[in-house]
This record gives sequence, C-alpha cells and structure tokens, in this order.
Amino acid sequence: MTFLLELLVSVLIVAGAAFLLIGSIGMVKLPDLLSRLHAPTKATTLGVGGALVASMVYFGGLEGELSIHEVLITGFLFMTAPISAHFIAKAHLHEHTKLRDGLPPSGRPLGWSTFDVAPGGDEGEHADDQQGGHR
Amino acid sequence: MIEYALQFGFVAVLLALLLNLWRLMRGPSLMDRVLAVDTMVINIIALIILFGIEQRSKMFFEGALLFAMFGFISTVAYCRFVLRGDVIE
Repeated sequence: MTFLLELLVSVLIVAGAAFLLIGSIGMVKLPDLLSRLHAPTKATTLGVGGALVASMVYFGGLEGELSIHEVLITGFLFMTAPISAHFIAKAHLHEHTKLRDGLPPSGRPLGWSTFDVAPGGDEGEHADDQQGGHR
Repeated sequence: MIEYALQFGFVAVLLALLLNLWRLMRGPSLMDRVLAVDTMVINIIALIILFGIEQRSKMFFEGALLFAMFGFISTVAYCRFVLRGDVIE
C-alpha cells in the first residue's frame, strides 16, 4: 500500500514537472503572442495542479495528516489563469491596432468587443466589458 | 523513489524557469514580458510545493498561496494599466 502511494506521488510529480517544462518550451517556441498564450495558460496550470495533487496525496496518505491548503491553491490557480490570459490577450489587442484590419465583419450593428464601444458604455472609450460584440 | 521524482521535478522546473527568463529578456512586445513573469510565478509556486514535499513540512503552503495571489494581482494590474492607463479608477 505504501509502495503504491509512493508510486502515485512519484508519477504525479514527474507528470506535473513535465507539463510545466512543456508549457515553458511552448512559450519559447511558438511564433507570436496570441499562440504563445496557450502554452502557459493550459499546460503550466495543469502541471502545477499535478504537483499540488502529489503534495495532497503525500501528506494525506504517507504522513497521515490531511491537508486542505492544496485545494485552496489549486482552486485559486484554476480560477485565475483564464482571467489573466484574457486580460493579456485584451491588452495585446489594445496595443496592436493593426490586428483589427484582418477581422471579418461581426454581423451585428456593433463591432468587435475590444475594438468598439459597448452599448451603454462611455463614448470614445474602448469597451472593457463583455456586452456587445462577439464572445 | 520519491527522491528521484523530486530531483527530476526540480531539474524540470529550473529549466522551465530559465526558458521563462529567456522569454522575459528577449520578448518582443510588452505583453510577452508580462506573460513570462506570470508563467514564472506559476513555476515558482510549483517549486515551493516540491520543496515542501522534500522537506516534509506543510509550512510552505502559505508562501505558495501568497505567490499565487500576488502573481495574479500584479498581472491583472499591469494589463489594466495598459488597457486603461490607470489601475484603480
């Protein structure tokens, strides 16, 4: 039983570290920022989740003291990673106005959400919320 | 067996941190650097947790949680600054 738990912890640690490394390699190798955003957001979050589950199994199964901290960190990271990726993508689109040239029409009276004014937003400001435009 | 897995984990996370540092120094645009620092924070959280397993101590989780919170808040604050020109309106 102890051997199985140790095997499980080792496999989780190795898998998590491999995912972290793959995410960072992807961030170096991919060509531009909007595709570079995928690697840290997905693979790295999964990797740190693996390390946290390994720590939970280690302290709960082998040391005999259950710990809940990891669930807190995992939940926090899994909630915040999409938000920060979304913010980074929006700021990138905001910086590079050339990107809006290749866009197809949105098919609505309003334009795309990052580039156009939201309905009911202030004039002349870029829309900062999700209403209006394509999701 | 866990010791070998931990050594592999430390080496992998350190390589990942070096790659992030390369992207941080090289990064063509501003958001690349922000993304590099965000990934670096996540890698450091994993490093702290692996170190906690190696030391058999649960003392490090608070540090990891603080790193997670500060990383998220700094990323969002920087993007907000780029988007709006101000962090708190």
